[in-house]
Amino acid sequence: MLDQIIPVVLVSAIAFFSVYIITPFLIRALEKRNLVVKDYNRVGGAMIPRPGGPSIIIGILASEITLYAFFPTIEIVAILVTTSLAFIVGIIDDRKTLGGWFKPVALAVSAIPIILLGAYDSNLAFPLFGAVKIPVLYLVIIIFMIPITGNTINSIDVLNGVASGFMTIASFTLTVSLFVMQNYEIAIASLPLGLVSLAFYKYHKFPSRIFPGDSGALTLGAMYGVIAIVGQVEVIAAVALLPAVINSFLFLSSVKRVIEHGQIKSNPVTHTDDFKLMATTDRDAPVTLVRLILAGGPMTEKQIGFVIFRLALFSAALAIITAFMMGIKI
Amino acid sequence: MKVAHIFSFIFVMWILIIVGGGLLILFTVPISITGYGILDSFLTSGVKAVIAIILVIIWIYILSKIKNWIFHKQIKH
Repeated sequence: MLDQIIPVVLVSAIAFFSVYIITPFLIRALEKRNLVVKDYNRVGGAMIPRPGGPSIIIGILASEITLYAFFPTIEIVAILVTTSLAFIVGIIDDRKTLGGWFKPVALAVSAIPIILLGAYDSNLAFPLFGAVKIPVLYLVIIIFMIPITGNTINSIDVLNGVASGFMTIASFTLTVSLFVMQNYEIAIASLPLGLVSLAFYKYHKFPSRIFPGDSGALTLGAMYGVIAIVGQVEVIAAVALLPAVINSFLFLSSVKRVIEHGQIKSNPVTHTDDFKLMATTDRDAPVTLVRLILAGGPMTEKQIGFVIFRLALFSAALAIITAFMMGIKI
Repeated sequence: MKVAHIFSFIFVMWILIIVGGGLLILFTVPISITGYGILDSFLTSGVKAVIAIILVIIWIYILSKIKNWIFHKQIKH
């Protein structure tokens, strides 16, 4: 037991404190280089440093490499390689806004190391009904999984603190589920994701001092996807991510094509005189989770964030119930 | 505030995931194609993949209908 407690404590401390300590330096470095973007939801439109991805990837790499020293498994290598590739995709997109299809295709390529390393099991497990072996289809699932989780997290990165706060809840849910399913090594490997997200949330929460950017959001989302695959908790991961999935589903079903947020001509939300957010009446604007939340009336950015976190906690509860249901067969 | 509708939509999605998984297993597990030599596993997997894709399309269609039903007023807002 002790041989697992030491790596858990060490890896957790490295993941959390590396991001916690590095991010303020990153904020200053980005400000110095004028790598800032306007926060349109802030009164006066403050300029916020972006991207925070570099501190996130440092935290993930440092903690996962340390974990690899204790448990040299192929699954940890898959997490390291795919997450790093997703970060590179994100940092390219941060520097230069590319077409709507660039990210999904590049993230699909990032998933290939999981297949090459053989860090997966082609049995897809469902609660209550058992598992189905789908060797060919599972390869397709792997290729699709990373772009979906990456872009799903990226698509909810629209308000201060939402992406990192949501990821904190979803990834700890995944860790708890992995412990419930007695997959201890991957559970420990998933811990850095939650702790890195939590440490970054300290600076990303309202009022944000830094934005994660594509490099941050895609890194978190891709790592979440890899853990779901190597931990064989694909269904649980999907359940924990449901509020963000709804956001992507609503967006795609209203826009009917894959585009960058920057390419949207009509904004789904607008501001009241006292700078609260309100749903737009523009029929051409896409339907999003935030727009849906605001359908009940204007809210502050902080209030919307907490509504999203409540939805995330509800999904987390359903995901953990699903994890327990995995052990039951009818 | 109609956030309750979003909670109910999440709950419906969860139920659909569990039911959809059950149907996938019900339809695909018994499938086993033999008599084609080395192509057996490839054909079996291919048929399972086609069934799974059809189920996913049906799942998205049902979800879309439920979305319109639950968020009827909000979507039209």
